[in-house]
Amino acid sequence: MDLKDRLSVDTWTQSSSSGNELPKDQQSFTNFSLQQQQHQHKWEDPSVLDYSVRIEPAFQEFNQTSATSSSLPCNPNSQIKNLNREDCQMNEMLEPNRIQDWDPRVMLSNLSFLEQKIHQLQDLVHLIVGRRSQVLGRTNELVAQQQQLVTADLTSIIVQLITTAGTLLPSVKNTLSTASPSVGQLGQLGGVLFPSGTGMNGGGVAQSSGGSKVSDQSNQIDLTGACVIEQNNATEEHELKDEDDADEGENLPPGSYEILQLEKEEILAPHTHFCMICGKGFKRDANLRMHMRGHGDEYKTPAALAKPNKESSSEPVLIKRYSCPFAGCKRNKDHKKFQPLKTILCVKNHYKRTHCDKSYTCSRCNTKKFSVIADLKTHEKHCGKDKWLCSCGTTFSRKDKLFGHIALFQGHTPAIPLDETKGSVGPSDRGEGNGAANKVGSVGFNFSSNASSGSGVQDMMMDVKRGADEPTGFFSPLTFDPCSLVGFHEFPRPPFEDSESSFSFLVPGSCSYTRKTGGESSSNDLE
Amino acid sequence: MQRQQKQQRFTNPFTLVTDEIIFAILDFLGHDPFSRKSFSLVCKSFYSVESRHRKTLKPLRSDLLRRILLRYPVIDHLDLSLCPLNEGDSWDVILSLCKSTLRSIKLSPSMFFANVGFSKLVMNCSDLVEIDLSNATEFTDSGAAAIAKAKNLERLWLVRCKLVSDIGIGCIAVGCRKLRLINLKWCLRVGDLGVGLIAMKCKEIRCLDLSYLPITKKCLPSVLQLQHLEDLVLVGCFHIDLDGLTNLKQGCKSLEVLNMSNCPCISHYGLSFITNGAECLRQFNISYGPPVTLDLAKCLQYFSNLQSIRLDGCIVTCSGMKAIGNWCASLKELSLSKCSGVTDEGLSLIVQGHQELRKLDITCCRKITQVSINSITNSCTCLTSLRMESCSLVQSEAFVLIGQCCQFLEELDVTDNEIDDEGLKSIARCSKLSSLKLGICLKITDDGIAHVGTGCPKLTEIDLYRCICITDVGIEAIAHGCPDLEMINTAYCDKVTDASLESLSKCLRLKALEIRGCPGVSSVGLSAIALGCRQLMMLDIKKCHHINDVGMVPLAQFSQNLKQINFSYCSVTDVGLLALASISSLQNITILHLTGLTSNGLAAALLACKGLMKVKLHRFFKRLLPHSLLDHMQSRGCVFQWRDKATTQVETDPMEWKLHLG
Repeated sequence: MDLKDRLSVDTWTQSSSSGNELPKDQQSFTNFSLQQQQHQHKWEDPSVLDYSVRIEPAFQEFNQTSATSSSLPCNPNSQIKNLNREDCQMNEMLEPNRIQDWDPRVMLSNLSFLEQKIHQLQDLVHLIVGRRSQVLGRTNELVAQQQQLVTADLTSIIVQLITTAGTLLPSVKNTLSTASPSVGQLGQLGGVLFPSGTGMNGGGVAQSSGGSKVSDQSNQIDLTGACVIEQNNATEEHELKDEDDADEGENLPPGSYEILQLEKEEILAPHTHFCMICGKGFKRDANLRMHMRGHGDEYKTPAALAKPNKESSSEPVLIKRYSCPFAGCKRNKDHKKFQPLKTILCVKNHYKRTHCDKSYTCSRCNTKKFSVIADLKTHEKHCGKDKWLCSCGTTFSRKDKLFGHIALFQGHTPAIPLDETKGSVGPSDRGEGNGAANKVGSVGFNFSSNASSGSGVQDMMMDVKRGADEPTGFFSPLTFDPCSLVGFHEFPRPPFEDSESSFSFLVPGSCSYTRKTGGESSSNDLE
Repeated sequence: MQRQQKQQRFTNPFTLVTDEIIFAILDFLGHDPFSRKSFSLVCKSFYSVESRHRKTLKPLRSDLLRRILLRYPVIDHLDLSLCPLNEGDSWDVILSLCKSTLRSIKLSPSMFFANVGFSKLVMNCSDLVEIDLSNATEFTDSGAAAIAKAKNLERLWLVRCKLVSDIGIGCIAVGCRKLRLINLKWCLRVGDLGVGLIAMKCKEIRCLDLSYLPITKKCLPSVLQLQHLEDLVLVGCFHIDLDGLTNLKQGCKSLEVLNMSNCPCISHYGLSFITNGAECLRQFNISYGPPVTLDLAKCLQYFSNLQSIRLDGCIVTCSGMKAIGNWCASLKELSLSKCSGVTDEGLSLIVQGHQELRKLDITCCRKITQVSINSITNSCTCLTSLRMESCSLVQSEAFVLIGQCCQFLEELDVTDNEIDDEGLKSIARCSKLSSLKLGICLKITDDGIAHVGTGCPKLTEIDLYRCICITDVGIEAIAHGCPDLEMINTAYCDKVTDASLESLSKCLRLKALEIRGCPGVSSVGLSAIALGCRQLMMLDIKKCHHINDVGMVPLAQFSQNLKQINFSYCSVTDVGLLALASISSLQNITILHLTGLTSNGLAAALLACKGLMKVKLHRFFKRLLPHSLLDHMQSRGCVFQWRDKATTQVETDPMEWKLHLG
């Protein structure tokens, strides 16, 4: 079982075991634990079932050690196993709850009902505990009798709980069946994400009994769970920049997907993968695995280094969508026209772009500011170059944007750069056959190569270096212009030959044509 | 000037006539340069009247430009396309002399344009309506920005302005809102954005030529939404495929002429989008396009105004032709030139459905036979033009039938057919015939040609290329019977001699003479031509070995309108060439394998001949001529073409041809 899971269970057990001692806090506390369980359901099964199956030996070992080490300080209670089991049962009972309708008032009444029941249950357990401590010397018979009695009580309460739970959250009934595959997927990730729990909050949680921490933690689970998606999609990262907008058209019926929401702190956290041994943080799981090699031979096995495979899903997977934590944002799940974000990276970029300060300033123009560093780098590639200028003084990075602007406003005309002779051969040439859109595409491509090849090294460093190299490397006219020139040569040829033979006076042009293009290509070479 | 007129009042009766009346008389002179010249040479008043009457000017030499522009003060159309202006001062001359009367200007391709010059031009001539910048390959976006200041511009040609990009076109689109015609053929840097902006901003556009532009279907919706668009040319737009144009609700309603030849990516499905709603469509051209199947033919079924359709080079199916025959429109013109798949059955169905057909082109429809000709002559008796080159299965009897039934023929092309004297005799009954092409008709003789000479007095054009049985007798019959003759080709008719040329010298309007490969022709005959045919513009005397310098001198003296000459393989030397160089209108010259020619003589001739635009020379001379000379010529706008052909081919060529033919 996952550490976090365990932690939450611990808090739960603590609360249940210490219910008498902390009666005032209990209300809020149970609420939290319920919330927590909503998340927990994802973990319970896989952590039990999937570990042995899917997680590499190294991790298994790793988990085991950490599990014991962390459980020792946290849970001196010997009953933990029993309680765990009970907890599992509880989870099963509660699982339907979260899938049901989201009417807050109904939910509130149901919750209060459940609260009562849990109180009864707690009392019962307290009773048993108290009796055991009192009557240590009694015969086994009597103990067994008592136990029978208590179990009967317990089962009746549990049955009651289940019946109420059935009415608690009835919105998504079908998710009951789909929940387990998605859980399966997450379970696999659980092993990977496990370190982050310890690295970030593990220590604190172990000591904590405060509700806020617990809720925080539950969100942490989400974050880590989602991060796995990111890491699986690492190769697609370049697309994600625009995906923010791209999913606008996606019309998933509300309820057909699962909405996850991260907290601000998690969104802005620089690292999502942490080494269990030294605590170092990483952006990517692959980088972490590379790092782990340094901690011993057991991490060097092909299995340990292999990318954790996506579970081959023969069963349908529940689609996950993300909500922005910023209240009032269109991407926030409470918004009337809520439009979910597709991936965790979308969430990160969206949040930074929309709700954060633009702290990165372009070093060339000193005017444009960005909150996502990748945006800055994309801008810097074009800053100063390819300026499409309108007579009104507005500049555009893309020609089609300039033309859209001119089409919109009366009297605005495209302005011709002063160094026209140079300019006409350079940028406009490039924009010609392939268009501005392609240019952007190729930028995206560069970006992706950055992203996917940032192995082991800090990405920031890599990116900065590349940024410096870029103008000469990817965007030199040498690589680009000749292609478009070839296009020019081949395209018009037949008509020109034709014109030569039929119109004798057209001919001067045809000579200057060859001369010209020669000059063009040479000037390109020089550039 | 008034004082001059007062003095002349007593002597010249024409002073009683107002200028307007004289202008009306001058209008009747048309564009005949000789009569105008004679008129202005009568007296000073006529001279001044003529110079005030002239509206258009097409100067050939830049050094006379100042005087010409001073002489003609009311020019509204100035054509500088043959006047190489590469010095800054001649540009200034134009600017200083082009007054606000100038409404139309055509600029020379060899001009080195500066945007300052353009802005001055546009400032001086505020009423400019027409600018033709065709072939101005140095014309750039900044020039376009200057042109964009001509607010009243209505017609603009930018053919082959290869440096103009979307930006320049965007400036023009914003500046010249009144544009009605814009031709962007071969402006290879103009794409969807520029064209889209033109369509967006210039709502008055009637004619739009987007041939060979790298445009895609993206700009078409805005183009087709132009309210007044009548003529749309999309030749060779290889990137256009219309299949995805589903967002286009309706095509252009006002469209009358649509040319989509050389667009192979268009299917009948896409075509239906672009023609949808275009009820006024009159002419449609999809030459070298998609196969003409039943579906494609059905797309055009209900266009009742359709008059002309060209399907050149398409694959035509029988069902497609049947559907064309069932169209509700009655076609006036149909071209199936070089179509594969044209059969007797299909063609018969078409002509039966379109009995009003005036022009029919079935060039190289090699499968058709007598059957097709029977149905054509039965159905389409009003034909004025029939082109049927290389319909080799058609028997000689068919031409008798054509002559009997199609009395209104004005143009007949039976090149490479089985026509014989009988057929020619019958065709000679078409008294309106003006153009007759009989190339490679080996069966015709002087008898048949004599019939043409007597029956077709309006003949202006006759092609007897390789009609090897024709002799001086036949040519004489033509020359006597057809005084309006402007073009004659007797290439490789080796029985033709000086006598033919002497009889042809009576055809005063002769403009083009091709006697290539006639060994019986000598300088004597050529002198006669030069003396008689003063309007001669094109002369091909290649492989007339007996023509030498003696023939060149009268040519240089009298044929002042000669523009193009080919005298390869002749016996002309430096002397003859230098004499020719005095012809100021000479533009195009081909000199290959002249044994008597030296590099010095050639260089001198090239320097002397200032109007030269194109020179075809042997590669051999490229090394011998000084580089500075070549550079100088090129800066004047002259183009050199270097050929490297073996001289020995002279003797073997006719033989090879005969073998090939047999």
